[in-house]
Amino acid sequence: MNTTVVPVATPPQAIPKASFDWKPVLLLVGLMLAAIPAIGSTSSWITLTFAGLAMGLIIFVIASGLTLVFGLMDVLNFGHGVFIALGAFMATTVMGGMAVFADQGALQALLAIFCAMLVAMAVAGGVGLAFERVIVRPVYGLHLKQILITMGGMIVGEEIIKVIWGPLQIALPLPEPLRGAFFFGDAGIEKYRIVASLVGLAVFGLLVWTLSRTKVGLLIRAGVQDREMVESLGYRIKRLFVGVFAAGSALAGLGGVMWGLYQQSVTPQIGAQVNVLIFIVIIIGGLGSTLGCFIGALLVGLLANYTGFLAPKVALFSNIGLMVAILLWRPQGLYPVTNR
Amino acid sequence: MTANLLELKGVHTHIGAYHILHGVDFVVPQGQVTMLLGRNGAGKTTTLRTIMGLWPASKGEITFRGQPLNGVPTPDIAASGIAYVPENMGIFTDLTVKENIVLAARSARHEGELDKARLTWIFGLFPALQKFWLYPAGKLSGGQKQMLAVARAICEPRALILIDEPSKGLAPSIIQNLISAFRELKAQQTTILLVEQNFMMAKALGDQVAVMDDGRVVHTGTMAELAQDTSLQHRLLGLSLGAHA
Amino acid sequence: MLLNRILSHDLPRSRWLALALLIVLVALAVAPFAFPGVKALSVAAKALVFILLVASFDLLLGYTGIVSFAHTMFFGIGAYGVAIASTRMEPGFAAVLVGTAAALLVSLLLSLVIGLFSLRVKAIFYAMITLAVASAFQTLASQLSDFTGGEDGLSFKNPPWLSPSFEPFEAPFLGVTIDGKIFTYYLIFTVVVVLVLALLRIVNSPFGRVLQAIRENDFRAEAIGFRTVVYRTWSNVLSALFATVAGALLALWLRYVGPDTTLSFEIMLDILLIVVIGGMGTIYGAVVGSALFVLAQNYLQDLLKLGAVALEGVPVLSQVVTPDRWLLWLGVLFVLSVYHFPTGVVGRLRAARRRD
Repeated sequence: MNTTVVPVATPPQAIPKASFDWKPVLLLVGLMLAAIPAIGSTSSWITLTFAGLAMGLIIFVIASGLTLVFGLMDVLNFGHGVFIALGAFMATTVMGGMAVFADQGALQALLAIFCAMLVAMAVAGGVGLAFERVIVRPVYGLHLKQILITMGGMIVGEEIIKVIWGPLQIALPLPEPLRGAFFFGDAGIEKYRIVASLVGLAVFGLLVWTLSRTKVGLLIRAGVQDREMVESLGYRIKRLFVGVFAAGSALAGLGGVMWGLYQQSVTPQIGAQVNVLIFIVIIIGGLGSTLGCFIGALLVGLLANYTGFLAPKVALFSNIGLMVAILLWRPQGLYPVTNR
Repeated sequence: MTANLLELKGVHTHIGAYHILHGVDFVVPQGQVTMLLGRNGAGKTTTLRTIMGLWPASKGEITFRGQPLNGVPTPDIAASGIAYVPENMGIFTDLTVKENIVLAARSARHEGELDKARLTWIFGLFPALQKFWLYPAGKLSGGQKQMLAVARAICEPRALILIDEPSKGLAPSIIQNLISAFRELKAQQTTILLVEQNFMMAKALGDQVAVMDDGRVVHTGTMAELAQDTSLQHRLLGLSLGAHA
Repeated sequence: MLLNRILSHDLPRSRWLALALLIVLVALAVAPFAFPGVKALSVAAKALVFILLVASFDLLLGYTGIVSFAHTMFFGIGAYGVAIASTRMEPGFAAVLVGTAAALLVSLLLSLVIGLFSLRVKAIFYAMITLAVASAFQTLASQLSDFTGGEDGLSFKNPPWLSPSFEPFEAPFLGVTIDGKIFTYYLIFTVVVVLVLALLRIVNSPFGRVLQAIRENDFRAEAIGFRTVVYRTWSNVLSALFATVAGALLALWLRYVGPDTTLSFEIMLDILLIVVIGGMGTIYGAVVGSALFVLAQNYLQDLLKLGAVALEGVPVLSQVVTPDRWLLWLGVLFVLSVYHFPTGVVGRLRAARRRD
């Protein structure tokens, strides 16, 4: 059939640039570079930077789930910390049980940590499913109630953790083969931090790949922008949400394991403590943005380590100061998610 | 006689405390283009949204292919063969043109699984989409976004397409493009329910007409009748259209 | 009627609620004489402080619809104000007044800044930011040990009249020796009653009604012409100021302030629990809720202890029914309240009245 298509006059600046916003990345690099003169010695800088990046990656693992859940379904889970705590405590059980095995060598140690991570993710993900069904689902769309009820969920969760593992701090020592550091000249890079960084990067890579190369990822990205339209295209996005929530909880559990090993101890309050930190990170990054969360987490990790070295008293406020500074620059976060 | 693909009987819709639709009755015959006309605020968009289940009907029946649509969740309504192009187009601005289309093609998991023939046809209708295939949809012009929105609705065969004011704010040349595209769809026996304020476009495409006012359908009939009866046009639409083609 | 005017026309509207309120009022009024003993009086004083603290939070959450986790920060500012003044200056009413005034000023400025900065953003942002700020403040208090006594806190002396060793009357009155502690108690009582009535006046004024309109639909309120940011900030500031006074009162009672007496997150959770279970947006909910909560916290734990003894040896139950885990039960009650009793105890009592 012959169609007479009237040619569309292409406007002058026809080809839109598929440009990537580099500024936040430059900020990150800038921070790292600015720290060199401040710190003075290159070896200290290397140590601190790696420590900061490792910490940042762990925080990213924990926060990534939260930001996606919020971006996709507008649900802010103030109880996210409970999954962190759960993961951390599961790690104490698993690592404790595998302690003898883990001490035998680096490979065994890594294997033990892997097991702990898998178990923690499974448990946290499972609890996440229950949490979504019982606590979150009834309050979709009601922000005030969400804040209250997820907070309540965290209280109950924390208490149940105390019932199972006791209310006291439990040590979570690194297996022998993973203690200590590699030295490059004067710069020491802790072995565990390398492991944590690799895991963190793997999670980031997996998330980015899923979001950009799979249909599920496509649905998530579209759903973050316009939930209604995704439904109008025929997708049951509510089911997807349950999956994302569970995945986010599993990631928090994974992060809990990594955090616990980083601190080498675990307390029931670990969830509430890290909660504040991850909220700051996702506000900095932009609620709903994975890349923003990534950069934000790295910024927070680096800043914490740099200020901890340079001016410990200031270190406590470095997070809030960073958040304020970034919000003044970009009120919606580093990578605002263009919304419905 | 052609069967009715979609039927609305006595449909009421409330949005909060507001009673928007006061008993909407009309039918959409299979294989034809039905125009839904009326002034601003008459309830046309609400009607489409009610059909799609985005706003629940408080009373009345909506039947599609003989099956009731009341209370069915939106994704299921869409999956039963209805495509919806909303007034705001619903383009996912952060996704590329390609990704928008892949998403709309329910059976395709990625670009490779799209129906090539159909894609070629779409590119024939809307060449800009091929040109900007890998660019973020948010960077397209208004007209191009509208084309993308329509392309999403037709990238797979659908039984019924609901379109809400596609010509709004578009240049005449682009409107011509759309008209050609819709004519092609018509030739393929696709059923279309089209909400339009642009009467010229309506006349060019419409087979059947339903005119709404104040949340009710005040006139149904063929487009041919309406096009010839200027006093009827004036009465229903408050327009004096004269002989403008 | 006079009662109507005192309560700013916000009557209990329920026989049961009125009865409950009356019981609480009378019990607290005669506590030193009716319930002798150090613990009982402490419980009563704590109940009073919490009533004021939670009522001020209700202004923010219940009437304006804002969740803020920084309430304990203002509570702490009040307490530390009095403590620091009393340790730096000669202990006495002058110190107390200076400390309270300084604390009110700090709270005013802080709440203004926080309010103007964050109330323009979505509620969720605001909640998270206040969480972060409160947490930072808590760390600050324990870090600036020179100023705040750090982890150990500050102990100080009260003004002479309020000091426990002050015994103006030789003979006991109604079986109790009148001392500075009793004076302190009645000071707290008076201040709390006055301020709660003031809160009633505020929430029932045109200002209060605008707050409620904003809570229901801020978009609409803005459209009608109310500058919601201004009202929200005012609500934030007032709520902070009242909390500061509550902190000052607590300091006078305990004669000690530390990071965990006022700033801890547990206290923030307690406030949330009380305001939700008691009934949001009622002020009376704070009164009844706080009284119940403080009673439960101190005496229910004994009940749980009995339960624990009874269930000793039973594997899971014994761990769950112990006084240490009373927060678990409270948490469950809280979650249930948010769903099933959104109007709280007060709402239930009022509903019961309608059924009569």
